[in-house]
Amino acid sequence: MLELILKSLETFVATALSIQQLTKIEAHIAAHKTMPGALLPLLHSIQDDIGYIPEGGYLLISKALSLSVAEVHGVVTFYHHFRRHPAGKHILQVCRAESCQAMGSEKLEEHIKSTLGVDYHETTKDGAITLEPVYCLGNCACSPAMMLDEEVYGRMDKQKVSELIQEAMGA
Amino acid sequence: MAKIAPTKVYVPCDSSALSLGADRTAKAIVTEAQKRGIEIELIRNGSRGLFWLEPLVEVGTDKGRLAYAPVQPKDVASLFDADFLNGGAHKLNLGLTEELTWLKKQQRLTFARVGITDPVSLEDYIAYDGYKGFKNALKLTGAEIVKAVTDSGLRGRGGAAFPTGIKWNTVLGCKSEQKYIVCNADEGDSGTYSDRMIMEDDPFVLIEGMTIAGIAVGATQGYIYLRSEYPHALKSLNEAIAKAEKAGYLGERICGSNHTFRLEVRRAAGAYVCGEETSLLESLEGKRGQVRFKPPLPAIEGLFGKPTIVNNVISLATVPIILDKGAAFYTNYGMGRSRGTLPIQLAGNVKQTGLVELAFGATLRELLYDFGGGSASGRPIRAVQVGGPLGAYLPESQFDTPLDYEEFTKIWAVLGHGGIVAFDDSVDMAKMARYAFEFCAIESCGKCTPCRIGSTRGVEVIDKIIAGKDHSKNISLVRDLSDTMLNGSLCALGGMTPYPVLSALNHFPEDFGLQKKKVAA
Repeated sequence: MLELILKSLETFVATALSIQQLTKIEAHIAAHKTMPGALLPLLHSIQDDIGYIPEGGYLLISKALSLSVAEVHGVVTFYHHFRRHPAGKHILQVCRAESCQAMGSEKLEEHIKSTLGVDYHETTKDGAITLEPVYCLGNCACSPAMMLDEEVYGRMDKQKVSELIQEAMGA
Repeated sequence: MAKIAPTKVYVPCDSSALSLGADRTAKAIVTEAQKRGIEIELIRNGSRGLFWLEPLVEVGTDKGRLAYAPVQPKDVASLFDADFLNGGAHKLNLGLTEELTWLKKQQRLTFARVGITDPVSLEDYIAYDGYKGFKNALKLTGAEIVKAVTDSGLRGRGGAAFPTGIKWNTVLGCKSEQKYIVCNADEGDSGTYSDRMIMEDDPFVLIEGMTIAGIAVGATQGYIYLRSEYPHALKSLNEAIAKAEKAGYLGERICGSNHTFRLEVRRAAGAYVCGEETSLLESLEGKRGQVRFKPPLPAIEGLFGKPTIVNNVISLATVPIILDKGAAFYTNYGMGRSRGTLPIQLAGNVKQTGLVELAFGATLRELLYDFGGGSASGRPIRAVQVGGPLGAYLPESQFDTPLDYEEFTKIWAVLGHGGIVAFDDSVDMAKMARYAFEFCAIESCGKCTPCRIGSTRGVEVIDKIIAGKDHSKNISLVRDLSDTMLNGSLCALGGMTPYPVLSALNHFPEDFGLQKKKVAA
């Protein structure tokens, strides 16, 4: 019983919003709620600001847009772009699609994973880099491609990747 | 003789050029010019599409623009030493850009301005024939505009190749207080980047095309549903939209006419399936991007239940030139029922990658070898995937197929969005078939069973085939499963995943542990 109470308390604490987050989310809601089809633009602006979509914000969002919490949860989890937990300082997206495969991206993926010591959807221990797969960056003329935060990199090889990672780790 | 104006130096701001260091090159040029006390005017143009030569720097001379490529920061000092601002000889000097064979052999209609202009300069856009089609459209009735698009033979460049004019005509015929123009800019197919180039390198042409669509069918609101993986396109589009609004090309009573057209960019969120038009509409409405049943057609009940034109970026960006030069001009290009031009994107293991806009009818071989120069690795090209991750893999024996929608249908392949991804002989086609199922499993919206379950089962069956477990049984099972997905899926994601899978199996049976010559239908 005690275990159960502790468990739910843990969940409650984990999903509760900080005052700062609450203020931010309320401001984003106010800016978006009259837009037609507001949910995606709203989620984008929350994530751009906070870095992820805190579960504690679902209720506020759902009330403002006349949706159920389940619907909000459903949308957040449907899209690969939205994250439910904070990411590392930088996000490294590595393209796994065909064009990059044709130029040896698989070997590069292994190299990146072993350099960072993480698999996809994981963050390095120091919190510097979150590694994500991506399916095409539209840089197929310069495969293999990847994106660090919002910058695209093309014709990558092991050395260039190592340099990029080192730069991101240091920054 | 002293120069009056500073020499213009062009360094592309297209994201592929940036991915190869164009920003660093631009910075190095500016720094070096300052160091030497030379005045230059730096222009960040779009890319000419010769991506194997990026960063491609151009210098404006009396004779025309001279190309130097590829220019890395380390080359900059020597370029100044060679007096490249006056066309000096240098190992990177490629001569006049317009005279480059790769560009000269193309027929650039939709991409007429791309790489030439500063993408977000409205003045540049107008100076290079921008808004001419729109001005013509203002003098026509909605039905006349739709007729011009129909007569041009333009078909949906997103992949489905549905006649654009027929779609427009349906929306035109619908009575509704509110109609929408939606641009499908969720270009998620591997090997394709023509939408991205238009949006980054000539965003006004898309804005003009959507505005023409709006005045044609009486829609006052447009949305560009843009994939979240394209941050540079987002910036470029928003900047261009703001400028168009300010100049009266968007908003209420555009250019003094009675037409109102507003435009907004909406960011997608990384779901491949949202490139399918009905799931795109769901997403725009703020829902999970799940595919809708058809009918009703989006043209009749689309966004928020209202009549909606959903067109791909290239389709919409081609409308201005059709309205400018006339349907007959456009339809003069092409072959059979594939009229006009197709912006083809060379990608993957190709030496000379980039954008090639040509009239329909060129063969894959011409593209791979004449334009592409063969593989990047120097090994033989073994397989080519045309039309994105749902397109068939073609062996060398099919490289003479002309790029034409119907010719591709005949060989059980698709032209799709015009992306060509080449693989050399190190490719394992069983692995590619497995990847096709895997991709489908990751991206399935989950609404229909063949796609949701079939894709995961597909990965498992291919794994068994690769491991040699119950081999012949599993080969027939993968065919059976493909048949179910092909015929039972709600949209093209599940319905076309069998294309890469079965084409790999049929054309490259030896990679699946079968005899080489045994080609089954």
